[in-house]
Amino acid sequence: MTALLPRTIFKPEHELFRDQVRKFVEREILPHRVAWEEAGQVSREAWKKAGEAGLLCPTMPEEYGGAGADRLYSAIIIEELAGSFASGPGFSLHSDIVAPYINAYGTEAQKRSWLPRMATGEVIGAIAMTEPAAGSDLQGIKTTAVRQDDELVINGQKTFITNGLLSDLVVVVTKTDPAAGAKGTTLVLVEATRPGFTKGHKLQKIGMKAQDTAELFFDDVRVPVDNILGGEGQGFYRLMRELAWERMQIAIRNAAAAEAILDQTIAYTRERKAFGRAVLDFQNSRFRLAELKTQVQLGRTFVDHCLDLLLKGELDADTAAMAKLWTTEMQGRVVDQCVQLHGGYGYMWEYPVARAYADARVQRIFGGTSEIMKEIIARAL
Amino acid sequence: MTRKIFTAEHELFRDQVRRFVAREITPHHDQWERDGIVPRSAWLAAGEAGLLCATMPEEYGGAGADRYYSTIVMEEFARAGASGPGFSLHSDIVAPYLLAYGTEEQKRAFLPRMATGEVIGAIAMTEPGAGSDLQGVKTSAVRDGDELVINGQKTFITNGQNADLVILVTKTDPAAGAKGTTLVLVEATRPGFTKGRNLEKIGLKAQDTSELFFSDVRVPLDNILGGEGQGFYLLMQELAWERLQIAIGAMASAEASLEQTIAYTRERKAFGRAVAEFQNTRFKLAELKTEIAVARVFVDRCIALVAERKLDTATAAMAKYWCSDLQGKVIDECLQLHGGYGYMWEFPIARAYADARVQRIYGGTNEIMKEIIGRTL
Repeated sequence: MTALLPRTIFKPEHELFRDQVRKFVEREILPHRVAWEEAGQVSREAWKKAGEAGLLCPTMPEEYGGAGADRLYSAIIIEELAGSFASGPGFSLHSDIVAPYINAYGTEAQKRSWLPRMATGEVIGAIAMTEPAAGSDLQGIKTTAVRQDDELVINGQKTFITNGLLSDLVVVVTKTDPAAGAKGTTLVLVEATRPGFTKGHKLQKIGMKAQDTAELFFDDVRVPVDNILGGEGQGFYRLMRELAWERMQIAIRNAAAAEAILDQTIAYTRERKAFGRAVLDFQNSRFRLAELKTQVQLGRTFVDHCLDLLLKGELDADTAAMAKLWTTEMQGRVVDQCVQLHGGYGYMWEYPVARAYADARVQRIFGGTSEIMKEIIARAL
Repeated sequence: MTRKIFTAEHELFRDQVRRFVAREITPHHDQWERDGIVPRSAWLAAGEAGLLCATMPEEYGGAGADRYYSTIVMEEFARAGASGPGFSLHSDIVAPYLLAYGTEEQKRAFLPRMATGEVIGAIAMTEPGAGSDLQGVKTSAVRDGDELVINGQKTFITNGQNADLVILVTKTDPAAGAKGTTLVLVEATRPGFTKGRNLEKIGLKAQDTSELFFSDVRVPLDNILGGEGQGFYLLMQELAWERLQIAIGAMASAEASLEQTIAYTRERKAFGRAVAEFQNTRFKLAELKTEIAVARVFVDRCIALVAERKLDTATAAMAKYWCSDLQGKVIDECLQLHGGYGYMWEFPIARAYADARVQRIYGGTNEIMKEIIGRTL
C-alpha cells in the first residue's frame, strides 16, 4: 500500500533500532508462535534473548542495566511486536510499566536488586492490581498487607495478571489500612519464591493465546517491610502518576496493529479472486479499505502527536485517555472489516487476521475500559 | 488541546475576523436567510476589512497572506454558523484560478475588484446531467471568428445570483473528452447569460445557490482562462486545497456545535438535574470530544502540509471524507442532546444540522473521495 503520511517523530538512530527489533522479532519470536500458543506462555529463553538484544528495559538508566533510552525506543518495540501480531511476550508491561515503578519509587537497594536482572530477562516482572471483585475500581481492592513487627503479612487474590505464570517479581497492590480508602493502598514487591504465594491456573482467553494471564494467590505471605515500594499508603497515588504513558502504550500498539492488518488485507484482496476478478477490484472492497486506511491514518497522526507531547512532558491524562479510547475502538472496527474482507479464511486461526481479531477485543477492556476513558474525558469537558 | 500551527500574527487576525463576524455578519444572518442571499454591502464590508482574497499578491489587491489566513476566515465563519457568505469560494477557489492561469490583463481586470468585493466570483462546473463526473459536461463554447459562442446550462452554483464573474467549465471540443474542456471567464453582463432560480435547499439558506443559463453568449477569445483544452487539467491542480477547505469548515462547525452543546446540557435540567450530569450525556460528549480531537490533529497536519504545497490528493480526500462525515455525526448527536429545542430553527444547532448535510456531497461526494483513496491502496 502507498505509505501513510511520513512520520516525523523519529530520528535516524530510532530507525536503526527499529531495524534491529524487526530482525529480532522475525528470528526469535515469530518462529515459536504455535509452540507458545500451545504452551500458553512464552519461553524464558525468549526473554533472555530479548534482554541480550537490548529489548528489555531500554529506558532504564545504564547504571541499572538499561540503555537510558527515550520512550520512542519503547514505542518502537511495542510497534514492531504489534505489527507482527506477536501478542505473547509481555515485554512492554515488564519494561515500561513494572520497571519504571521500581526506578521511580524504589529504594537504591530495591533498584539494584531488581532492575539489572529485569534488563537481562533473568527476572520477569508483573503488576497485580485486578482482583475478582475489583477491576477498574481500584478502591475496591481487598488484598491486605498487615504489619507484624518488621514484616508484612499478605492475604488475598489477584486475577487477569499478565506475565502471571512467568513472573519472578510482582508489584502487588494491597490495602495496608482498609479503613483509609485510597490512602490505605500500598505497593509491595513480592518475590515468586515467597512461601504462601501460589500461581493459579492459566486463564483461557479469546485471544492473546501465548500470553500467560493468570490468577495469583497470597496466603499468609510474609515479606520484610523493606519490600514496600514507594511508601506505605502511597500506592494509589503512585499508580496514578504514569497513567498517560501506560495508556499510550496501548494506543501505540493498536495503531501499529491496525496498520499492519490493513496492509495484509490489501495484499490479500489483491491476490484473492472472486467472480473472475481480484476482490480488491470490487468497488465495495475499495471503499471499505479506503475507509479503513483513513482511520488508520487518523489514528497514526493522533498517536504520534501524543507521543510528541509525551516526550515534552505535555501529555495530559484526558488526551491520553482519548488516544486509548479512539485507537482501541478504531482497531476493533478495522480488524472486524479485515476479517470480513478475508471471507472464510479470515475465521481460520492460521491467518494473522483471525488472531488479530481475537487479540484486539481486550484492548477496549484492559488498561481502563473504554467506559472509564469516557469518564476521564468527560471530567475534562 | 492547543493548536500548534498558527503564529501570533495569525491569532491577531483571527480576533479581527471574529469581531467582524460578530459585527457585520451574525446580526444580519436571519434576514439573509429569509432573503436567500447575502447583500453586496456585506461583501464590500468584508473587502474593506481584508477578508477577501487575502492570499492574493498585494499588486492584485490581496495581502500576500499564507493559507493559514484563509483557514482562519473559513473557521471563524463556520464557528459562527455564518454559512451564507460564499467568501471562501470567491477568495480561495475562484481568485486562485485567475492568479495561477490568468493573463496579466485578466488578473488586473478582476483580482483587485474581487479583493474589494466589487466583483463577486463564482465557478460553474456542475450541470443537470454532470456532477462529480466532469467529463459529462455538455455546455459548449464554439469558436466563431475571434469570439466564443456559449450554450448550455449550469446548476448548484454558489454565489450564482450575486456573481459578476463566472469561471465557466465548457467543452470547446466535445469529441476530445477531458482534453476538449476549456475554462472561460464570463461576465454577468454578457447578453444571453441569465441567472435562473435561486434554489431552495435543506440548509445554507442565506447562500444564493443558483441555476445559470447560457444562450448564444458571446465572449472574446481573450476570455479563455489558462488555454483552450486545458480546463480539465487545470481543475485538477488545486483539488487537495479545495477539498481541505471543506474539512476545515467541517471541523470548526463540529467544534462549535460541541461547545454549544456542552453549555446547553449544563444549563438544561431534566428529572431534577442538569442534562450534563447523566452518564449517557457525559459519555456521548466524551466520544464526540475524542472524535473531534483526533480529527483536529489530522486536519491541522493537513493544513500545515497544504501551506507548504505538500498535501497529496488522497490525503486531502481522507480529510474531506472523514471530517464531513464526522461533522454529520457530531451535529446529529448534539442535536439529540438539545431535545426538542434542537429541532427549532432559532437554535444554532438546528441550522448547523441542516447546513452540514451537503458537506458530504459537494466538492466531490464522499464516495468519490473513497474512489480516490482506493486508487492509492
